[in-house]
Amino acid sequence: MTKEYRTLHTTVNLPYELAFGATLTRFFDGLSAEKILGTRCPKCSRVLVPARSFCPRCFIDLDDWVEVGQTGTVETWSLVSYEYIGMAKTPPYITGLIRLDGADVSFTHLIGGIDMSSIDQVQSRLAIGTRVKAVWATEKPGSIFDIEYFVPI
Amino acid sequence: MSGRVGIVAAAESSPAITQDNMMDAVYKVTKELLNKVGIDRDDVGTIVTAASDVFHSGISCANSYYWEASGGFLKNASRQDGDSLFAFLYGCLRVLSGHFETAMVIALTKGSENPENDTVTSLYADPFYHRPLGINETTAAALQMRQYMERYGITAEQCALVTVKNLRNALFNPYAHIRKSVTVDEVLNSKATADPLTTLQCAPKSDGMVAVLLAAEDTAKALTDHPVWFRGYGSAMDTYTLGDRDLLRGTLPQAAQAAYTMARLEKPSEEVDVAEISEPYGFQELLWCEQLGLCAEGKGGRLIDSGTTHLDGRLPVNPSGGVLATNPYVARGLYRVAEAYWQITGKAGEHQVKKSVHTALAHSTHGFAGQSHTVVILGD
Ligand SMILES: [Zn+2]
Repeated sequence: MTKEYRTLHTTVNLPYELAFGATLTRFFDGLSAEKILGTRCPKCSRVLVPARSFCPRCFIDLDDWVEVGQTGTVETWSLVSYEYIGMAKTPPYITGLIRLDGADVSFTHLIGGIDMSSIDQVQSRLAIGTRVKAVWATEKPGSIFDIEYFVPI
Repeated sequence: MSGRVGIVAAAESSPAITQDNMMDAVYKVTKELLNKVGIDRDDVGTIVTAASDVFHSGISCANSYYWEASGGFLKNASRQDGDSLFAFLYGCLRVLSGHFETAMVIALTKGSENPENDTVTSLYADPFYHRPLGINETTAAALQMRQYMERYGITAEQCALVTVKNLRNALFNPYAHIRKSVTVDEVLNSKATADPLTTLQCAPKSDGMVAVLLAAEDTAKALTDHPVWFRGYGSAMDTYTLGDRDLLRGTLPQAAQAAYTMARLEKPSEEVDVAEISEPYGFQELLWCEQLGLCAEGKGGRLIDSGTTHLDGRLPVNPSGGVLATNPYVARGLYRVAEAYWQITGKAGEHQVKKSVHTALAHSTHGFAGQSHTVVILGD
């Protein structure tokens, strides 16, 4: 038997106040008004969503605001069923990358409104290529969860 | 560049989970390294440490805490946060600059003391958008895996074979954390984490301290009969926003090409004798093999089916058991270098590959779905 040494149980708890900045503030204000906003790059013509203050590829300022579609196509997804300390959302839930109509990059969000009791149930409704649409939350304080999830059409 | 820089010795902590505190664990591996070479702390020119402390050990600026244990005090020493292969490069450059004859690089993480991996990796995600949606290292990998399987017809069985191979290799590595025989069925039927990933396809959280001593060419030859030379390096970082990236066309080909060009490797799939590849998720070993040019695009599944990457194969991958067996987060890149060093010097013990090894590849990845990749080529 090896000797058990003492173990210190400790927690680090640190509150922060983080600036959204002008562009993300306007994007989240848009969600409050049930609009998904992106910005178009004048050089590569891509519509980036969530809206960005600059195009990382062309490295130029963006200020051409556009509203993108509330429907889109699932590019990939995962049924999350494990748990860990500090988890943002209680499982099961489905996270996915969705190419919204009118956007040139994918939007990360949840996919819901379907039976998640088993992977087979999920796969009967969801695959890469499935069309989905945004379901808006009743309360829209200006957070990513102003959209509750995207539901398969 | 004047002369070469070589690895003179390497040391790893053992056993994988230790009851030592961080200070003692760092001291032990440092002391073991110095003893192996037969030199004192005063003989080490400079020290570079790698750690990502506040999240991975609960102590901020932990290098200041363990500075006496690494022997770094009263020296022109430095520290790097994140992927430990960056620290390895930093150490090599300090020697190549001509300012130091020797450099010790040490990387450390005590995973056993931390909350779950994804408690920590969710904090890599920005708090406005990705973090509240549950994006972390595992969920990002799951999104990547589903695309990989769909686009190239890679099967769940082929992905699971990586765990079977690597945990079996780990049976022969006394320094590995998870060492067991598992079957493809056991891997696929282990508890789902983020589908299509299952528990046995996700790396554990491990303790790991690893140190290597680097020296300028003449000094290296004086300190050991078998120096292993730093021959090539490349790294590349993709953009952060997950939805902007093609998760199957990342920056690894660029990083690999830079390393191969520097090492003058023209046909890496034939010239690399053994590869230690960071695969925190099983399928990633297959995808990274493709992107390293060790097999053709979309053929990662066929590569593992063929037995090529097994311990006795033509191009063994992760003879140590890889990250699926031992995942000391920040240290996992430098573990790959240490393992490559042992394979080249023939000192890997029971997990020494059967073929002779002259050129070895060490790879590390960091961030979501391979946002960052680093490739090192070592040779005798
Ligand atoms: Zn652009």
